[in-house]
Amino acid sequence: MEYILIIIGAIFVNNVILAQFLGICPFLGVSSRVSTSLGMGAAVIFVMTIASLAAYLIQNFILVPLGIEFMQTIVFILVIAALVQMVEIIIKKISPLLYQALGVFLPLITTNCAVLGVAILLIQKRLILLESLTYSIASGLGFMVAMVLFAGIRERLDLEDVPAAFKGTPIALISAGILAMAFMGFSGLV
Amino acid sequence: MKNFEIFTKGIIKQNPVFVLLLGMCPTLGTTTSAVNGLGMGVATMFVLTMSNIVISLIKNVVPGKVRIPAYIVVIASFVTVLQLVMEAYVPDLYSTLGVFIPLIVVNCIILGRAESFASKNNVFSSVMDGAGIGLGFALSLTLLGAVREILGAYSLFGYKFADTDGILIFVLAPGAFIALGYLLVLFNKYKATLK
Repeated sequence: MEYILIIIGAIFVNNVILAQFLGICPFLGVSSRVSTSLGMGAAVIFVMTIASLAAYLIQNFILVPLGIEFMQTIVFILVIAALVQMVEIIIKKISPLLYQALGVFLPLITTNCAVLGVAILLIQKRLILLESLTYSIASGLGFMVAMVLFAGIRERLDLEDVPAAFKGTPIALISAGILAMAFMGFSGLV
Repeated sequence: MKNFEIFTKGIIKQNPVFVLLLGMCPTLGTTTSAVNGLGMGVATMFVLTMSNIVISLIKNVVPGKVRIPAYIVVIASFVTVLQLVMEAYVPDLYSTLGVFIPLIVVNCIILGRAESFASKNNVFSSVMDGAGIGLGFALSLTLLGAVREILGAYSLFGYKFADTDGILIFVLAPGAFIALGYLLVLFNKYKATLK
């Protein structure tokens, strides 16, 4: 039951993008097509899960025993950056097909604040290992849900006659606001 | 004169939020009130200026291939310094801004300025650039925070000017997107009248 609450909470109630404002850059930048946002979402789920697992292990088996928790920011960002590089090389080697689907998005993810943000949040929430994994996968799913929904809206927006001053980012932000309002409807769930 | 231009360009002409659309996560996430926006802006300005100084000093020592990881370590070190200082002196603000303080590391403005300016220019110009862009960022965040606070709580910098509750939605998540969207519209309109 606890795990179901974590999943629903991370996907709908505290959606990474629409409620916590993490990963806005790819949300606004890569969301013009449903297909690309699906690819980006899948890549984020993948990296977020591995990065969170690494962050959890580093925090609990290296930083805390040595008493150097203040090094968290430096260590996490370096580990995530190295990890993304490594994942890219491994995927390229073992599955060219997967690399074609995710490859272009992987370098972009290093500076995606959602990945580092979720890693820091699950340490702050003091989740245990299995909860951390659930939380990070669900957060990634939440990211993907918001990206795909928003891409659908933007595909329609391109066809509409928008006033000049609203064109591009402004109308995208206002639509995102309305989408966020819709997601607030979930706030009573957990 | 040239350095003065480098300093002022970040405020309007190359404003990181309204023109370059960078650093959107802290812009939307921390501007629930003018004070929070200002706090986040000043924190980012500090990291940006300090990392610009160090990066322009080490630019000739660091080999080209590993420059990005090296810059990230410099930036992350200053973020850690900032975290410790804020936790000690302004614990309330530190806990309000929460996860966004460590996330200054992945703010694209900072790595962007390191790569495109500090790694090519001397120390003094880099200080001017960092302070200018940082000030532009801080002013934008304060403006957005002020708009959201005025509409959402009928107050400004904590001083209430009406007895009733505000339009709560502007303090909540959707209000961030909508307020920034309409501010961008006004900015575009202003730019169009200049031409």
